[in-house]
Amino acid sequence: MSTIRTEKNLQGITTAHPDGIGGSPLRPDGILKVKGEFAYSSDMWHEDMLWGMALRSPHAHARILSVDVSEAVKHPGVQAVMTHDDIPGSKFYGLEIKDQPALAMGKIRYHGEAIAIVAADHPETARRALAKIKVEYEILPTITTEEQCLDPETYGYVHEPAEYKGHASGNVVHSQKVISGKGVTDEVRAMADVVIKGDYVVGMQDQAFLGPESGLAVPAEDGGVDLYIATQWLHVDREQIAPVLGLPENKVRLTLAGVGGAFGGREDLSMQIHACLLAQRTGKPVKIVYSREESFFGHVHRHPAKLTYEHGATRDGKLVYCDARIVLDGGAYASASPAVVGNAASLGMGPYEVPNVNMLAVALYSNNPSCGAMRGFGAVQACFAYEAQMDKLAAELGMDPVELRQINAVEQGSIMPTGQEIDAPAPVADLLRRVKALPLPPALDTTHLDVRDIPGALSNTSHGEGIVRGVGYAVGIKNVGFSEGFDDYSTARVRLEVIGGEPVAMVHTAMAEVGQGGVTVHGQIARTELGVEQVTIHPANTEVGSAGSTSASRQTYMTGGAVKLACEAVRNELVALGRKRYGWTYNDLSLVGGKVVSASAGALVPIADLLGDSAIDLTREHHHRPTVPFDKETGQGFGHVQYTFCAHRAVVDVDVELGLVKVVELAAAQDVGKALNPLSVVGQIQGGSTQGLGLAVMEEIVVKDGKVRNPSFTDYLIPTILDTPPMPVEVLELADEHAPYGLRGVGEAPTLSSTPAVVAAIRQATGLALNRVPVRPEHLTGTGE
Amino acid sequence: MEFLRPATWDEALAAKAEHPSALPISGGTDVMVELNFDRHRPSALLDLNRISELTAWESGRYEGQEGEVIRLGAAVPYARITRELSTELPGLSLAGNTVGSPQIRNRGSVGGNLGGASPAGDAHPALLAAGRDVLVEAESVRGTRLIPIDEFYVGVKRNSLEPDELIRAVRIPVADGPQQFSKIGTRNAMVIAVCAFGIALHPKNGTVGTGIGSAAPTPRRAVDAEEFIGGELAERGLWQSGGLIGPAAIQRFGELVAAAASPIDDVRGTAAYRRHALAVMARRTLTWTWNEYTQSLRSAA
Ligand SMILES: Cc1cc2nc3c(=O)[nH]c(=O)nc-3n(C[C@H](O)[C@H](O)[C@H](O)COP(=O)(O)OP(=O)(O)OC[C@H]3O[C@@H](n4cnc5c(N)ncnc54)[C@H](O)[C@@H]3O)c2cc1C
Repeated sequence: MSTIRTEKNLQGITTAHPDGIGGSPLRPDGILKVKGEFAYSSDMWHEDMLWGMALRSPHAHARILSVDVSEAVKHPGVQAVMTHDDIPGSKFYGLEIKDQPALAMGKIRYHGEAIAIVAADHPETARRALAKIKVEYEILPTITTEEQCLDPETYGYVHEPAEYKGHASGNVVHSQKVISGKGVTDEVRAMADVVIKGDYVVGMQDQAFLGPESGLAVPAEDGGVDLYIATQWLHVDREQIAPVLGLPENKVRLTLAGVGGAFGGREDLSMQIHACLLAQRTGKPVKIVYSREESFFGHVHRHPAKLTYEHGATRDGKLVYCDARIVLDGGAYASASPAVVGNAASLGMGPYEVPNVNMLAVALYSNNPSCGAMRGFGAVQACFAYEAQMDKLAAELGMDPVELRQINAVEQGSIMPTGQEIDAPAPVADLLRRVKALPLPPALDTTHLDVRDIPGALSNTSHGEGIVRGVGYAVGIKNVGFSEGFDDYSTARVRLEVIGGEPVAMVHTAMAEVGQGGVTVHGQIARTELGVEQVTIHPANTEVGSAGSTSASRQTYMTGGAVKLACEAVRNELVALGRKRYGWTYNDLSLVGGKVVSASAGALVPIADLLGDSAIDLTREHHHRPTVPFDKETGQGFGHVQYTFCAHRAVVDVDVELGLVKVVELAAAQDVGKALNPLSVVGQIQGGSTQGLGLAVMEEIVVKDGKVRNPSFTDYLIPTILDTPPMPVEVLELADEHAPYGLRGVGEAPTLSSTPAVVAAIRQATGLALNRVPVRPEHLTGTGE
Repeated sequence: MEFLRPATWDEALAAKAEHPSALPISGGTDVMVELNFDRHRPSALLDLNRISELTAWESGRYEGQEGEVIRLGAAVPYARITRELSTELPGLSLAGNTVGSPQIRNRGSVGGNLGGASPAGDAHPALLAAGRDVLVEAESVRGTRLIPIDEFYVGVKRNSLEPDELIRAVRIPVADGPQQFSKIGTRNAMVIAVCAFGIALHPKNGTVGTGIGSAAPTPRRAVDAEEFIGGELAERGLWQSGGLIGPAAIQRFGELVAAAASPIDDVRGTAAYRRHALAVMARRTLTWTWNEYTQSLRSAA
């Protein structure tokens, strides 16, 4: 083994691989998705397959007096009809609190709750059989308003005290206080020169993913079941499914099927248990695909919220105190409500230094649709309120709203109201400066109008009349990863072997690729760490350990981190092999361009030669630093893994006569620590910003007396391309030393501040208070709620 | 479910006579949604897509209608109306241009809009505004019936077709003056109208046509507003002079349009907003059409 060491030899092998980290290789699923060739979970098919379907309650609150399935059972082509009586194992499941029956038992608690399931040889047969199930209801008065929920003596209990499983009592699922400084007392109030109060309302937003809930359950010979499923977290699905089936976890095997978006809406189970129960019962593969309408009933939504804020500040704009109360409507079952409450309480002061805080956040049980995880997770609602407060305070003080925010912005070393020190960069003031410094879009040119550029667009409502421009700013703070003592570790298995003379890395995790681009990043990490060209991504399944959830902006941090650890372990073993074989004593070795390279001595040996016929196959777990639960009474505690910040500037045109809005531009600046894939990072920021824009001006599930009024994309509106403005993005990379590569979770922060920035801009254009999102034309024209 | 695929118009009429409960399907942009949502389970579908006359239009003179008329085949998609007929049928072209998305505009048709007769259909206000002599050509094996547009809409999603009838075409007089169409939606594309308004100036007979969408059980015209503004224009000699209508009359016109509606509160909007928006759209579109008219007077002079 001889090494020729020349400058030339080192060229090309020390430069980073263009498709390694920091590059923007295209996603492997991208072209397939654009061409409509990607196989989503709803596209799966199996020989002999049956179709499963659920009967759902048309009422929001009712006692079930009887369920008669006899006619449905007799319907030709029907293979099984099941109610809760037929469940072999535990009857309840839940993400954090097991309070949700797999099939309704005696009581209906929300509109659309599943009562019975059918498996038949054709979906049409299943539908007809469902129509033959006779359910007798005693309709009960609904418990849906805050007043009703908080007075169970008068209005009743969603979960009777005897069966209550939440962490609080009455109709409260969970509550969390945060008290810091002196709290908010008369003495503290007296220290403020100005006081700003406000009541805010956030409507119920939906994740509106495009791929409806679907999956295929295949019974296995060992009495277990194999489930192919579109989800966000394979292992926690399994943890909830297995007990209901009465099976040990190792007999329930999950493989990820093609996921058409998630945004938190797939963190809870939907059709998983139903498909498995029917497969178990019939001994045949069972596929369930929700229709779009059923999908609106089949997943949890973003918590609607009522928020009351009072801020006190000195004349020169320094915040003195904040007294806040956040009431989140959790709906019928707990879902992720406790963690959402934790976030709302701990992040509800925003990215500001507030010396004295009194915060209470609660989530209620009600007969409204269940609410749980959605991008931004408890931090979105609060951001709308505290940012509105900042604008009001700036107006009261006659200050520039950006300057007011900068004066109070947290920075590295600041102490959060929970007592947690921010021990990584927190460039809040700088992010605001950056969005403000971007050039403003040109004024509307009314002499050469293209109606597509103005509010109403092709609907042709204005030729320039009534249009007023406004500009608004906002910034937010989000946590990354699971908080409050949760160890949401990730596992990765990496195998290095020679195929066709070339070293190939295989990355195997249980990470749910829901569109975030995790599979692209895993390939990049493996290329960078192992110096290989070829990386295969193994299908995600439960044969490998948990990867945690694709949520909380955590997957690149956590599973990306696990892939990095596993690659490092493989590299160490490979190098050890080389040391043993060649007696190397270098301690400057790395893997570059398919070779083992010494920084001092140059390329030593091709990886393929060193490995030969052997393979290195190692699995590693990645745990983030530990956190602790927040103290119940004071909210104190090192509760969050990492903080992330994004700032927005929105420019809008409002037709003030018709109340129509066109967002002209939505600029963002975000610190991402390290952009592993800059193109994906910008995509995440633009996507998150758009989802926030949707909440600002159109997205709302309308619920009346517990009934969902708009379960379709005809009336649940999400932004189209004509609603989505140019979105310049400034990406900052200030490394967080606690995180792999210094990276910071990206996906959620942009969803927080875009909503208040858009609304601030509308306020500037109209002069209206606008304390509720989404803002509707009615609110801008004084013509209704 | 049976699927009938007539190759000719006569076969289609025969099939409809034999299966009066068969649901015609043209662009399918309403029918397929109804099927997918399981709101409708017709015993048979009558596919009209093989019948080429339905996707053609011609211009000519017809009995009972003054001047040049466009005979618009029932299945001509909106995209083609906007592309090919924006001069002859400006109001309908503008309305068609607000329908759904490019995909929907490539498939959806005026015949389908009329067949569904939804109060939210965007073609209706434009057709109503285009004149009282707009005629729906309904045909059956029994013969042809010309239904004046004012008699076509009879209830929520109900029209005056007989069970054995199909829409062959719509006969619409070529515009003799400016026409406009405005529609409110809570986003900037792909919306069902919260409310909509169509207007057409008819200098030849000195009238103004209007149509209101999504603000009453059926599409309807704002009769009082039409009479008021027609009277104003005539009495003040404005058709000839091309003078300004003036803010008071424009304001009054808006109020009368709003008053003609019977809107409801629903998930898409409140009744109060609908009335308010109709008044604004009425004022704006009247101003646009009048400006265009006076400009054409001036350039003709
Ligand atoms: C995403 C989306 C967006 C939409 N947006 C709009 C919008 O903005 N504005 C709007 O007005 N509509 C909208 N629609 C509804 C639809 O596109 C229109 O109503 C369209 O005009 C229907 O035309 P079609 O040819 O597709 O009708 P089809 O769906 O084929 O038929 C509609 C109805 O008409 C009947 N029919 C069709 N042809 C005939 C005939 N020749 N004789 C008798 N009956 C007939 C059918 O039986 C059926 O009842 C939208 C639909 C979708 C899916």
